[in-house]
Amino acid sequence: MFYREAGEFKASYKADQAILPIRQDRWFIWAILAVAFLVIPAVSSDYWLGTIMLPFLILALAAIGLNVLTGYAGQLSLGTGGFMATGAFAAYKLATMFPGMHILLVLLFSGTITAGVGILFGIPSLRIKGFYLAVATLASQFFLIWMFNKFGWFTNYSSSGVISAPPMTAIGDVLVTGAHATVTAKYLFALSIVTLLALITKNLVRSNIGREWMAVRDMDIAAEIIGIKMLPTKLKAFAYSSFLCGIAGALWAFVHTGSVEPLAFDVNRSFQILFMIIIGGLGSIMGAFLGSAFIVLLPIFLSNAPHWFGLDIPVDLISHIEAMVFGALIIFFLIVEPHGLARLWQITKEKLRLWPFPY
Amino acid sequence: MNIKKVKTGIIAAAVGMACLVSTPAVMAAESQYIGSLVYRTGPYAPGGIPWADGFADYINLLNERDGGINGVKLNLEECDTAYNTDKGVECYERLKGNGPTGMPAVMPLSTGITYALLDRVVADKIPLITSGYGRADGSDGTIFPYVFVPPATYWGGADIAINYISQQEGGYGNLKGKKIALVYHDSAYGKEPIKTLEALAAQHGFNLTLFPVPHPGLEQKSTWLKIGRQLRPDYVLMWGWGVMNATAIKEAAAVNFPREKFIGVWWSGNDADMVPAGDAAVGYKSLQFNGVGADFEVHKMIKQVLYANGKGSAKSEAGIGEVAYNRGVQSAVILTEALQGAMNEFGNKPVTGEQVQWALDRLDIDEARLKAIGAEGLFDPIKLSCADHLGKGRAKMTQWDGSQWKSISDWIEPNNEMLGAMYKESAAAYAKEKGITPRACN
Repeated sequence: MFYREAGEFKASYKADQAILPIRQDRWFIWAILAVAFLVIPAVSSDYWLGTIMLPFLILALAAIGLNVLTGYAGQLSLGTGGFMATGAFAAYKLATMFPGMHILLVLLFSGTITAGVGILFGIPSLRIKGFYLAVATLASQFFLIWMFNKFGWFTNYSSSGVISAPPMTAIGDVLVTGAHATVTAKYLFALSIVTLLALITKNLVRSNIGREWMAVRDMDIAAEIIGIKMLPTKLKAFAYSSFLCGIAGALWAFVHTGSVEPLAFDVNRSFQILFMIIIGGLGSIMGAFLGSAFIVLLPIFLSNAPHWFGLDIPVDLISHIEAMVFGALIIFFLIVEPHGLARLWQITKEKLRLWPFPY
Repeated sequence: MNIKKVKTGIIAAAVGMACLVSTPAVMAAESQYIGSLVYRTGPYAPGGIPWADGFADYINLLNERDGGINGVKLNLEECDTAYNTDKGVECYERLKGNGPTGMPAVMPLSTGITYALLDRVVADKIPLITSGYGRADGSDGTIFPYVFVPPATYWGGADIAINYISQQEGGYGNLKGKKIALVYHDSAYGKEPIKTLEALAAQHGFNLTLFPVPHPGLEQKSTWLKIGRQLRPDYVLMWGWGVMNATAIKEAAAVNFPREKFIGVWWSGNDADMVPAGDAAVGYKSLQFNGVGADFEVHKMIKQVLYANGKGSAKSEAGIGEVAYNRGVQSAVILTEALQGAMNEFGNKPVTGEQVQWALDRLDIDEARLKAIGAEGLFDPIKLSCADHLGKGRAKMTQWDGSQWKSISDWIEPNNEMLGAMYKESAAAYAKEKGITPRACN
């Protein structure tokens, strides 16, 4: 009834090619952004902003990164954690080598460095496909973590191998890292960066580069025959994906935890992000956010739920129940909608158009 | 899926959100809240459960026997981290504001969580107590006002281990030319002793060889072949964790390395790690910063007051006296003594983290006090000051006899003069990086 494109006429190609051609969608996105930027910081507690929203946003960014590589370009990767670690350690080295450097530049350069590392590990992708590529990227995961553990230079020779973010300001003297940064500032900073990068990525996957990626994903031989060069296309996907993962890693180390050891980016992190895009939906920016929400928020919800209902259950039992319910829900969603939550969202929209007379 | 289902879904989501926003359950108004981060699940649960039981038992003992501290009841809430850093941070953030005055102190029980909380505790003014783990340079109270590391640090542990070896060999002079190997968990935790050992090797002329073991440490065949067949060291030290410990001991037995010359740090000395190694573990030695066994006065009281009335936390009395259990009791004593110190100063009502930090800066658990608690010998007296957040840092050597740990040395004091300079240097480097101005301590 309300969600209908009837009567909306497009008078230009620009209007026709907009990301959100339907007016209601635009309103919806603006409303979400308004809620995210204005309402959530105003009404949420520090616990909500700092421990739920912040990891959700940063991991969503990493999931977008992996989605570019796996969802759009079809290259299965298990190296996300390694690339996030690269971003975190690059950011740390940059911030300590050049103490005056602005945090945005630090993030940009650490992303660029990670992109370079990503290209390096992407080279075998020309010859290796599918599960074998996953194993090759798994090697990058282990190699990178080993490297940061092994060479003291990366941690400025700290005896424990832990890096710690120096206090840095974003605009004026508003701190976004370090002990005295407010959670609201951290949240808004991360939100701005994630929003910006998500928008850029959305446009990128709609451009010729994105179409090349999808062509390679759908059938690489066909893509080659119509004139898409394999190596540059795949390497572009690796570079851009690593760029996003690197920034996510830097944000994780600097803005979220403040201090981090390489083990924070171990193979479990890679799997976590891979599960996000599988559950959220491969080849969808929206899916990255939905998947991140599912993986990050649901366990927290499950472990808190008994408390809210006033049930006095021992913590170990809660943990076990949490794992069981979480596992069951993953299976449930994959059976109900194998294409992920993003597809569910799309179906909902299609149904809404027909509402109240669905067929 | 039809629209009806979507509607139900939306309503369910809305109800869920409404629940999320509502405040957590109401606490009793005038009780002291204690938030405890434990790992009763996850891959390391066998070591985490006895700690949590010991901690809870001592808190419950104070509640049942004395009615709390200075008449203020204690209200313990646990949060399960599963030894996972993300979950640990979430737990800390969830618990820190609970109760009338918030969490009075946090004991994260994990190096990863400790590092993730270092910045946060400063902003939240909640003391971070890391007993025998975490940052060794946290002992410098001028730079880490909210970090407390009693009773021992890894660097101190490394020094004590070498000290013990020198005693076995008949003095530091005999260490020259000896071969000592370090088998360590390749992580922030495992790398902590390296600098100290390298300094000691240079000083005393022994050869140090490093053997990193990648997480989780199930595969150590090649490491132990090198140790047992090629290097043949005089002593092996181990900074291991979880399943790595039992694996190392079994591999040491496989290459026939004498277990008597195999010394683990305290985290390689849990009962839960020895039992799976079976007979291979007999003779293996481990440092402990707490007494071993179940014969302390406090154990008797816990059995009498709690377990006799079915109020114990552990499944059975058999769990009492495990090393990890004793550590839990020890941590609870340190915390409750600090709480009492804060209440004596600020009044007998729930105290804040800042007040507990004040008390921890002046914490003094001497022999007489330990005796009064019933923990004489359970751990070494602890005396802290504004600048010294460690105390003497002593530990003792124990040996596994196949069924339990036996104490085989007195408390050994590390070379605090040398270590103190190293703590200062490392803390100063941290302060420079983070732009921290050291606080004045008079």
